[in-house]
Amino acid sequence: MAEKKEKKEKIPRQPMPEQKPEIRRRNFEEVPIGYTPETAMLEASRCLQCKKPSCVEGCPVQVDIPGFIGFIKDGDFTGAIRHLWTKNSLPAVCGRVCPQEIQCEGRCVVGKKGEPVAIGNLERFAADYERKNGSGDLPPKQSPTGKKVAVVGSGPSGLTVAGDLVVKGHDVTVMEAFHKPGGVLVYGIPEFRLPKEIVFSEVNFLERLGAKVECNTVVGRTVSLDELFEEGYDAVYLGVGAGLPRFMNLPGENLIGILSANEYLTRANLMKAYRFPEVDTPIPIGKDVVVLGAGNVAMDSARTAMRLGADRVRIVYRRSREEMPARGAEIHHAEEEGIELFLLTNPTKFVGNEEGRLTGMECLKMELGEPDESGRRSPVAIEGSEFHMDCDLVIVAVGSGANPLLTQSTPDMKLNKWGYIEADPETGKTTKKGVWAGGDIVTGAATVILAMGAGRKAADSIHEYLTWGW
Amino acid sequence: MFKIVRREEMAEGTVILNEIEAPLIARKAKPGQFVILKANEEGERVPLTMAETDSEKGTITIIYMVVGKSTAIFRDLKVGDEYQDVIGPLGKATHLENVGNVVCVGGGTGVAVLHPITRGLKDVGNHVTCIIGARNKDLLILEEQMKAASHDLRVCTDDGSYGRSGFVTEELKDILDSDKDIKLVVAIGPVPMMKFVSKITKEYNVKTIVSLNPIMVDGTGMCGGCRVSVGGETKFACVDGPEFDGHEVDYDELAKRLQAYSEDEKKCYEDYCALENA
Ligand SMILES: Cc1cc2nc3c(=O)[nH]c(=O)nc-3n(C[C@H](O)[C@H](O)[C@H](O)COP(=O)(O)OP(=O)(O)OC[C@H]3O[C@@H](n4cnc5c(N)ncnc54)[C@H](O)[C@@H]3O)c2cc1C
Ligand SMILES: Cc1cc2nc3c(=O)[nH]c(=O)nc-3n(C[C@H](O)[C@H](O)[C@H](O)COP(=O)(O)OP(=O)(O)OC[C@H]3O[C@@H](n4cnc5c(N)ncnc54)[C@H](O)[C@@H]3O)c2cc1C
Ligand code: SF4
Ligand code: SF4
Ligand code: FES
Repeated sequence: MAEKKEKKEKIPRQPMPEQKPEIRRRNFEEVPIGYTPETAMLEASRCLQCKKPSCVEGCPVQVDIPGFIGFIKDGDFTGAIRHLWTKNSLPAVCGRVCPQEIQCEGRCVVGKKGEPVAIGNLERFAADYERKNGSGDLPPKQSPTGKKVAVVGSGPSGLTVAGDLVVKGHDVTVMEAFHKPGGVLVYGIPEFRLPKEIVFSEVNFLERLGAKVECNTVVGRTVSLDELFEEGYDAVYLGVGAGLPRFMNLPGENLIGILSANEYLTRANLMKAYRFPEVDTPIPIGKDVVVLGAGNVAMDSARTAMRLGADRVRIVYRRSREEMPARGAEIHHAEEEGIELFLLTNPTKFVGNEEGRLTGMECLKMELGEPDESGRRSPVAIEGSEFHMDCDLVIVAVGSGANPLLTQSTPDMKLNKWGYIEADPETGKTTKKGVWAGGDIVTGAATVILAMGAGRKAADSIHEYLTWGW
Repeated sequence: MFKIVRREEMAEGTVILNEIEAPLIARKAKPGQFVILKANEEGERVPLTMAETDSEKGTITIIYMVVGKSTAIFRDLKVGDEYQDVIGPLGKATHLENVGNVVCVGGGTGVAVLHPITRGLKDVGNHVTCIIGARNKDLLILEEQMKAASHDLRVCTDDGSYGRSGFVTEELKDILDSDKDIKLVVAIGPVPMMKFVSKITKEYNVKTIVSLNPIMVDGTGMCGGCRVSVGGETKFACVDGPEFDGHEVDYDELAKRLQAYSEDEKKCYEDYCALENA
């Protein structure tokens, strides 16, 4: 047994073929190209098929990892995707955007000595293979229950709820404020990381299953939550995300050339402004771009700015590299594309010309002080370290909050002190009867897979309610 | 899809009216609220105020000035054509209250935005005097409708081709000087007009409401592109507005921010016109 294991470890982790940095930094095509069936099978053979797989514990939705990898190893790609679908309805998305290094792959035993099994890449492979070559067969559906469910928001959590409930026979309608469904997957995460075609094909799959998708519907404005019940809906799921941009509240922040990451990415992704003037929505093209913040959103903004033709893109962050919240892979990709990290720096003021256009910012150098209660060393300004930085475009990516549009019109639903909806972590039930919530609007900005996990739990609870009562 | 059921041209074809089938929006819309429209797949999201709504017919009416590529594309839509997307109603509705004597001041297409608000203010019992203005007689819109919506209509043109010669602000000053006890002024129009109206009413200490038109994307408070400074604070016009206390607005900042994409827009409009003429 021990000998067999050793032999397996000799196959190295199969690298993901990628577009070369010097080419991809100026185009919007996807960066990783994907495994071939041969590479996928080779990589799958690195999995030890552990009896007590620790990788599964690292996955928020407990995908049966050795199970689906086993199918790939045997060349049964259809088997692999069917197996994945039992736990994860969006594997093509998760395979691409999950922070695997701190989730499934971070716990893989093979990773203890060498490099972990490329679980994310394999998950992506199985899903892509099915999308391109699959039969398109729909999963079996239970007979109609006559119960109507409204799912508000078409991000990953809403799509998960809709998919789970429609196969259980419920009449599901997804309502989306934007003119296209997909949530952050469509307006936030750029094409080069998650091709939109994948999201639309997932939505199309849901529609073929019988779910209705109504865009251009702003719940709280076009229709209120109570009106949904009056219209005959039996249950409502709120998966409206954390769509409120946070700014720095510094002098000069309303100069032209300072945008929230939400605005910048929405223009680029949802409105396809990188194709302006072929499409009608413009986007500011910065030559000397600064991105404030250091999470995934900041990396996506910086890499978008580079692709739009910037001469220079700097990520300005007040802490050091270790504290950067973005995924390691994203930071690595950004640096490969020539994006500079400008750490331990904090802006204090934005400066502009008479036309009200941004020309630069005043900054302070920071150093890391004593750890605070959270254990993170907090940045402290270095006295007398003021300096000026030229820039013509600043993208503010310092986090987001709860958008009050829907919740403020629903006084009988309890919110926490930051405005997020209070929901039972096990069931997703809110304090308002017949209403569930999950994803970023409950947890604050988190991850795709956590939003989906919350959706799955809520779907189970909604199904139970529709069958047995509140 | 949202079908156009009626189309009219005004002000020598520079201003267009579209009545559009949008039953869900028509049912909920209130004076002061706006919609976002997108003509086609490649189109931009354009915010326009509803000048009229008919909940029984299930239609909304927009009146817009052709100023760039997107509004030129809208102009080219005929009766029976469809907008791909219409989203709304967005923004806060006007707070309609009986305060006594009110003056409504409208300039350019601002008159279209002002119309339902004027009628609403009259319906709740105010005595409404209306001042509308345009550069010249031919560019004046909705004169009849504004007459019907108010008790007293005054018209001004910059060149004196119709009504009083000069700006609406001069007429407003005269009204404020006469001893009518004006409790509220509502001003909607180009940014400079709203700025000067607010300057005057501040001198007279009369509460003033303006409706702001910054560049928008989503209209639901998620992008912050529509931010305006009001009373030294940053507000999102799409959810906190579009109406604000006129005395508190930083008009100069708004005027600058409206120019954010001016070069791109100009180029894109010229290309479109060249294409149309070819
Ligand atoms: C730029 C960016 C990059 C990211 N990168 C990653 C990553 O690499 N990996 C990862 O795991 N996570 C990433 N995330 C986080 C992840 O995308 C979110 O955690 C996740 O999308 C949350 O899903 P959700 O379903 O709760 O909400 P969302 O995806 O935000 O969807 C909510 C939807 O509801 C709609 N909506 C809002 N209000 C209303 C209303 N009143 N009526 C109708 N519809 C409404 C919104 O328009 C939106 O479409 C990223 C986020 C961003 C912004
Ligand atoms: C809440 C609100 C209500 C409005 N109501 C009306 C109305 O009833 N009638 C009317 O004629 N106009 C109205 N406007 C203005 C109208 O939205 C713009 O004139 C229109 O977007 C111009 O688009 P364009 O492509 O034709 O012109 P462009 O060439 O793109 O731009 C011309 C100018 O319009 C402004 N503009 C451009 N894009 C936008 C945008 N996405 N949002 C807002 N402004 C923009 C800019 O100042 C720009 O310089 C309203 C604006 C807002 C925000
Ligand atoms: S869903 Fe995400 S965390 Fe779970 S196995 Fe797949 S990639 Fe890993
Ligand atoms: S821990 Fe690693 S080796 Fe073990 S089952 Fe999971 S992926 Fe395979
Ligand atoms: S238009 Fe995006 S926040 Fe107002």
